[in-house]
Amino acid sequence: MRHLIDIEDLSLAEIDAILNLTDDIIANRKKYSEVMRGKKLATLFFEPSTRTRLSFEAAMLELGGSVLGFATAESSSAAKGESVSDTVRTVGCYADIIAMRHPKEGAPMAAIQRSKVPVINAGDGGHNHPTQTLTDLATIRRDVGRLDHMVVGLCGDLKFGRTVHSLITAMSRYEGVEFVLISPPELVIPDYLKRMLTQRGAAWREVQSLESVMGELDVLYMTRVQKERFFNEADYVRLKDSYILTPEKLVPAKSSLVILHPLPRVNEISHRVDDDPRARYFEQVENGKFVRMALIMKLLEESVQ
Amino acid sequence: MNIDEIENGVVIDHISAGRSMDIYRYLKLDELDCCVAIIKNVRSNRMGRKDIIKIDARFPVNLETLGYIDPGITVNIIRDGAIISKHKLELPEKLVNIITCKNPRCITTVEQEIDQVFKLSDRATCTYKCAYCEAERKRQSPVG
Repeated sequence: MRHLIDIEDLSLAEIDAILNLTDDIIANRKKYSEVMRGKKLATLFFEPSTRTRLSFEAAMLELGGSVLGFATAESSSAAKGESVSDTVRTVGCYADIIAMRHPKEGAPMAAIQRSKVPVINAGDGGHNHPTQTLTDLATIRRDVGRLDHMVVGLCGDLKFGRTVHSLITAMSRYEGVEFVLISPPELVIPDYLKRMLTQRGAAWREVQSLESVMGELDVLYMTRVQKERFFNEADYVRLKDSYILTPEKLVPAKSSLVILHPLPRVNEISHRVDDDPRARYFEQVENGKFVRMALIMKLLEESVQ
Repeated sequence: MNIDEIENGVVIDHISAGRSMDIYRYLKLDELDCCVAIIKNVRSNRMGRKDIIKIDARFPVNLETLGYIDPGITVNIIRDGAIISKHKLELPEKLVNIITCKNPRCITTVEQEIDQVFKLSDRATCTYKCAYCEAERKRQSPVG
């Protein structure tokens, strides 16, 4: 039986297989509309997250399966002090597969100790969010046609953003990927990620200006720069506009650029960019459902074997 | 200074100078009623100075923990006056319930019945990673 706790749990071949299945689901949706008939997905959300929970539920429903679960810890027995491992073990008696989100880091690892069914980490605090990373990889591969030999720009809050950390970790396993890390000095990626990039032989550099590198990028992954991350107001005011993507800043960009954002956005991508064919963040959302369909199928296939 | 050879017991050798009291406390040697010798600042060709602990009784030693506290240690098990086994310790790959995660956002801070598990992430800097949240901890002595 397999779980998905961290994107690094998957080999590159397994990621390829999930992304191939994702492509096939998108091309032949009818073919997959009954494959999970009689199977149940439990969504255990100890912390609210409408987007991810609905994406998982839509994925299972679209496969012909059914869903059950809870959307906040208050409506679960966690409110009575039950351990996450006991909750998951109990729910495993009702459902065939579990997607869980928890505010504490490492909760899914604790949960799988005694789980009888596959568990998918749907986000554990600021730690991992592997299905977002699979979604990002699926979108990049569908739009660029590959996951190797490209220049990936990541812009905004690179210090605290877990989606950024997971994407860097995942893409650094592919050959020839160069990372351009665009952020204010206060919000650069953590040291452990720099060590990992160097150990894996990936090319990377840190810059502060988005405009100065725009023309080089094949992928631009935007995140939000939050005011509360700054030490002082003056720095925030000085820097905030430099990390907002506008049509004007896109002038030097390649026509094949792929613009992504894990969403929700606030103001870091101007709405005027939304109609640009290079803006792919809403396709990314839709791909998220398809990639979760593929993942549910793969994990349940493995548990049957 | 002479300390008698022991017949049946444990000699913990090559302790970094000054570390013996940490080990004495960790192993709770104060609770033993046999003869225990702590020899500090012994001249050593390899280490310059070292500490040694001799325990004159059969005593179970957790090699994993000792390897974590002081990776250069040698543990000699003595039976009938002869060394029957010699263990050269190094940093263990995995620690279970030896140190605790200090990340306030880690699941182990709220669910205290879970084993505290750490994996060695960088031997050169003696750094471990929590198996749950991956927060890093450098080796510390005394343990905790």
